Amino acid sequence: MTTKMFGAPVQRTEDLRLLVGNGRYLDDLGEGAYEAAFVRSPHARARVTGIDVTGALDVDGLVAIYTYEDLSGRVAEPLPLLIPHPALTHGRTAYPLAKEFVNHVGEAVVMVVARDRYLAEDACERITVEYEPLPPVVGIENAHRADRLVHEDVPGNCAAHLVQEVGDAPAAIAAAPNRLELRLDIERSACMPMEGRGVYARWDAADASLRVYTSTQTSTGVRAAVAAKLDLPLDRVECVTPDVGGGFGVKIVHPWPEEILIPWAARLLDHEVKWTEDRREHFISAAHERGQLQTVRVGFDDDGRLLGLDVEILHDNGAYTPYGIIVPIITSTQLLGPYKPGAYRVDFRSLYTNTVIVTPYRGAGRPQGVFAMERAMDAIADHLGKDRTQVRAINFIKPEEMPYDHGLLFQDGRPLIYDSGDFPASLDALKKLVGWDEFEAYRAQARAEGRRVGIGVACYVEGTGVGPYEGGHVQIETTGKVNVATGLTSQGQGHQTVFAQIVADELGVPLEDVTVTTGDTRRFPYAVGTFASRAAVMSGNAIALAARNVKAKALRIAGEALEADPRDLEIVDGHVRVKGSPGSSVALGTVAVLSNPLRYAFDEASQAATQLTGAADFSKPPVAEDDEPGLEGRDYYSPPTATFANGMHAVIVETDPDTAEIRILRYCVVHDCGHLINPMIVEGQVHGGVAQGVGGALYERMEYDEHGQLVNASFMDFLMPYASEVPKIEIDHLETPSPLNPLGIKGAGEAGVIPAAAVFASAIEDAEGFPIVRMPIQPSELFHLRKRFAAGEIPALRRGADHAAGTHR
Amino acid sequence: MKPPAFRYHAPTDLAEALDALDGVGHDGKVLAGGQSLIPMLNMRLAAPAHLVDINGLAELSYVRTDPGGVAVGALARHAEVEADEAAHAVVPLLRQGLRLVAHPVIRNRGTTVGSLAHADPSGEMTAVLALLGGSMTLARKGATRTVAAEDFFLGPLESCIEPGELAVAAYFPRLPGRTGTEFVEIARRHGDYAMCGVAAAVTVDDDLRITSARTAYLSLSPVPLVLDLTDALIGRTADTAEWNDAATLAGASLEPEPDIHATAEYRAQLARVLTVRALRTATERAARVEPNPTAPSTTDERSA
Repeated sequence: MTTKMFGAPVQRTEDLRLLVGNGRYLDDLGEGAYEAAFVRSPHARARVTGIDVTGALDVDGLVAIYTYEDLSGRVAEPLPLLIPHPALTHGRTAYPLAKEFVNHVGEAVVMVVARDRYLAEDACERITVEYEPLPPVVGIENAHRADRLVHEDVPGNCAAHLVQEVGDAPAAIAAAPNRLELRLDIERSACMPMEGRGVYARWDAADASLRVYTSTQTSTGVRAAVAAKLDLPLDRVECVTPDVGGGFGVKIVHPWPEEILIPWAARLLDHEVKWTEDRREHFISAAHERGQLQTVRVGFDDDGRLLGLDVEILHDNGAYTPYGIIVPIITSTQLLGPYKPGAYRVDFRSLYTNTVIVTPYRGAGRPQGVFAMERAMDAIADHLGKDRTQVRAINFIKPEEMPYDHGLLFQDGRPLIYDSGDFPASLDALKKLVGWDEFEAYRAQARAEGRRVGIGVACYVEGTGVGPYEGGHVQIETTGKVNVATGLTSQGQGHQTVFAQIVADELGVPLEDVTVTTGDTRRFPYAVGTFASRAAVMSGNAIALAARNVKAKALRIAGEALEADPRDLEIVDGHVRVKGSPGSSVALGTVAVLSNPLRYAFDEASQAATQLTGAADFSKPPVAEDDEPGLEGRDYYSPPTATFANGMHAVIVETDPDTAEIRILRYCVVHDCGHLINPMIVEGQVHGGVAQGVGGALYERMEYDEHGQLVNASFMDFLMPYASEVPKIEIDHLETPSPLNPLGIKGAGEAGVIPAAAVFASAIEDAEGFPIVRMPIQPSELFHLRKRFAAGEIPALRRGADHAAGTHR
Repeated sequence: MKPPAFRYHAPTDLAEALDALDGVGHDGKVLAGGQSLIPMLNMRLAAPAHLVDINGLAELSYVRTDPGGVAVGALARHAEVEADEAAHAVVPLLRQGLRLVAHPVIRNRGTTVGSLAHADPSGEMTAVLALLGGSMTLARKGATRTVAAEDFFLGPLESCIEPGELAVAAYFPRLPGRTGTEFVEIARRHGDYAMCGVAAAVTVDDDLRITSARTAYLSLSPVPLVLDLTDALIGRTADTAEWNDAATLAGASLEPEPDIHATAEYRAQLARVLTVRALRTATERAARVEPNPTAPSTTDERSA
C-alpha cells in the first residue's frame, strides 16, 4: 500500500533547486535584453511643466526615451480600475507615465530603455523634468479634513464611502448598560518581498506574438491586461511566471504600469526589453497597506456580551485606487472575528493622500479589523474587571451555530457565512499552550525580580479560498510520469509539493513521479491568482477533482485491458491492479498508451500495450464519440462562498523599565485551517506570517514627512525584523474540516500575520497598565507614553493598580 | 541602483596603490571591505571617477599585538580582529566593540580601518579608537604621518584623510593596569546602527577604588565624544559608586539629536542607562585586571 501523502510533513520538493542557486527569477532571464529605468517624481504633488531629454541623448548605449506624449492607443489611457464597486464613486487610476500631474513621490514620468540598466540610469540622471510643486495631502486626518484635495474633482478626498448595518447599532449601544469608545490608529507597512517587481517581454514579429515574463501573483490577469492594452488577440500573448521571490499581495495588483510599458516597448523596438525593480523603486512606486484611523463604540451587558458595535474607519488608499476598496471592505467584515456583535454598523471612508497606493498586503485589512475588535474586547474585560478570555468566550459563535450568517456581504460580494470552526476549543487549546491560568503567578515572580511582563491574546477569523474558481489539469504520460498544471502562481509557498501530495494520493502514484507547473498561461489559461489564502483551497480541490477524472478514465481503460470491472480495480504505486489479485496489473504508463489509438511503438510501454489490445471492433471509431485520446483530465473548483479558517494567538512580553525595550518571551499560536495537507508547510506559513506580524507591530512603518517624502525608503531605516527579532513560535493545530470542499481544507497563507498588532498591544498594555491604542509601537514611543502616563495624561487600566503600574518611574 | 561608470584600479602592493591614489587625487575612492562604499555607489550618493581596490595588498592584512597595544592593518577584516586572542588579551575593548558591529557576514568582509576611515559617528570602532586614545597611520606617495584619534575625526563621515592618502593602519594602545572596559549599545534590531552606544574604561587602585572613569558615545555627536566622569566616581568602589551621579554628569555634556527611531529625550535616557551599565561592568572587570601593564592579561570577560 502506498503511504498516504495528504497530511504528511513532506519536505518541500522545490527547496533543493532554490537553495543551491538554481532558481530562475525574473532578473535571471533575458541576458540580451535591453533594460529600462524610470525617472520618477521627486514631488508628492506637482504639475509636470516640461521634460528636457537633450542631456541624455549622447549617453552611450541609449535606445529610447519615452514620455506620456509618446504613448499610443490604449497604453495612453489611465490604468484599469481592476475591481469596481458601487460605493467606489470616485475611483481614480494613474497613467502608465504621468500625463500632467504627479500624485506621489515615485510616480513614473519618463521611461528610458538602454543597452543595460547602468546606462539607462545614467540617461535618467541627465533628463530634466520641470515641476510646478503643489501642496500635498499627507496623513489620514489631513485627507479627511480636505483643506486640500489630491484630485481636484474628488470632493473631500473621498474615493468611497460605505456603510453596512445589521440591526440598529447606535440604538443598541445607547440602551446598553455599559458603553465604551476607543480611538485607534494603525500605521502603514508594506509587503516587501525579497524580490521586487519585474517584467521581461519578447516580441516575435514573424509570429506577431508576445511572451511576457513577470514576477506576478496572476499570470492570466497580466496576460489579459497586456492583450487588451496592446490591442492583441489573447492567443498572441502568453504570460509566464518564473520563480517568484515572494509576493504577499503587492504582485496581485495588475497591470502595473511597467507590465504594460515593457511589452509595449518590446514590440515597438522589436527587441527584448526587461525591467527589474530596485528596492528604492519598490518603496516609493509599488504599494503599501494598513494605515487606518478607527473609532469603535461598543455597548455591552454586565457579562461583557456585545449588544451593539459601531465602527467608523478612515482608510488611507494613497494616490489612486486601481485595486478598488477590497482592503476596507475586508476590515469591515472580518472585524467581527469569532464573535456575535449584536447590532453592527460599520462605516468606512476610503481617502486619497499624496502617497504610494494602498493595496492588499498579507492579511489584507484583517489586521486592522482584528485590532479594532480585540482592543474592544480587552477594554470591555478591563472595564468589567473580568478575565480577557472570559469576555471573548461569552461572545463566541458556538460550533452548533455553524454555518453562521452575519447578514453582511464579504469581499467577493457574496454573503458572509462562516462554514465551520470550534472557537471555544481553539481558546481552550491556546490557554493550555501558553499557560494562561498560570500567568499571574509568573507575573508575581517576575515582579519580585524587578521585571515587568505582560500577556496578550487575540482571536481572528479569516475568509479564505475566495472564488470564483481555479482549475487543474492532470496528464499521465506513457512513461507513467504525471504532469499537473494549474493557472495560479507560486511565490514560494510550496505548491509543487502540496499539489503533488494531493495527486499522489488521488492517483496512487509515487510523489516523485508528479511534476507541477503553476502560473504559465501556456499550460493552463484559466485562473484567478494567488491571494486571499486561496491556492490550496481552490487549486488543491480543482487538481483533486481533475485527478479523480483521470483515475476514472484509467480504471475504465485498464478494466477493458484486464477484462475486469473498473469497480474491482485500484491503483497502487503507479499500477492498476485487481483488488486482492496483485498479479493481474497494468502500469499507468501502459494505460496512457492504450488511451491513444495512435500507437507508434516509440517506447517499451507502447510495445507492451499492443499485446494487450484485443481484436479491434470495426463497428466503432477508434476514439468513441464521448471520449478523447490521452490519459488526462481537467476540472474546476468553484465554491459557493469563502471558507473560514480561524486562529488565536497569545504572546508574553517583557518591557524594560529603563530603556522601554520590548522583548518577546513566548509566542503561541492555535490555528485551524481544516485538514492539513502538509503540516510542515502550514507551520512555515504561520512562522512567516508571525514574522511579518512582529514587523508590523514592533518595527515597520512608512515614515512620510509633511512634504510627502518617504524618509525611510531603504532597508537601513525601514526595519523589517531579522531572524534575531522573531521569536520561537509554538503552534497547536485544530482540524475542523470545511464542509464546502472535497478535501475539507481552508486557507493558511495569511493566518500568522492577522492578529499580531492586536496581540502585542494586548500584552504591552497588560505589562504597562495603561491602554495601547496605536500600533506599531517602538521603544522610544513607549518611553514617552510612560512619561505621559506618569504625568496623568493617560488613564490607567482599571486592573493597572494590581499589575505592573506600581513599578513606573 | 547601479553605479555610474568609474575607472577601476587593482594595485598589488602599497607603492602601486599610493601611486594610483596620487594620480587620481580628489576623484579617487579607496575600496576595502566595501560595506559602506558599495551601497553609496549603487545609490549614486557617491560617484568617484576612480576606485582604487586595495584588496590585493596582502601586506596590509595583519593584526599585530605587542605589550603596548594592537596595530591593525588596512586589510584586516573585523572578524579577524575580533577573533584575535592576542589582541583581545591586550585590548579587550576591541572584541567588546567588534561583536556589536553589524552582523557576522558584514564583519567577515568589512575592515576595521575602513570603518574608521568612513568616520561614521555610529560606527563602534570610532568610539573604541577615541576612548583608547589611539591613532591612525596615513600614507601617501613618499610620506607617512600618524594622526591621533582626537584629530582624525572632523565630522560625520569626515576624517582628516586627504586626497592621495591611504589609511594604512590603526593603533589601539593598551590601557593602564587595573583598567576594565565594556561596550554596550541598544539598537532597534540586532546588528543595526545603535540608537545609542557607550564604551567605558575604568581604572581602580589596589584597594579597588576608582581613580579614573571615562566613557565614549556612539550616535550622539558628530564626532566620537569622550567624557571624563572621574569626578563623579573617584574613590568609590563597584559597591559604593553612585552610578546615577556619573550618568547625570554625562547627561549634562550630551546633546542628542532626534531621528525616526528615537527622540532626543529618549536617546538621552538611553545614554544615561547605558553609561551606568557600561561603567558598572567596566569597574567590576577592572578588579580582575593585573596591576602590571606589561604582563598580558588573561581575563576573558565571557568567562567572567
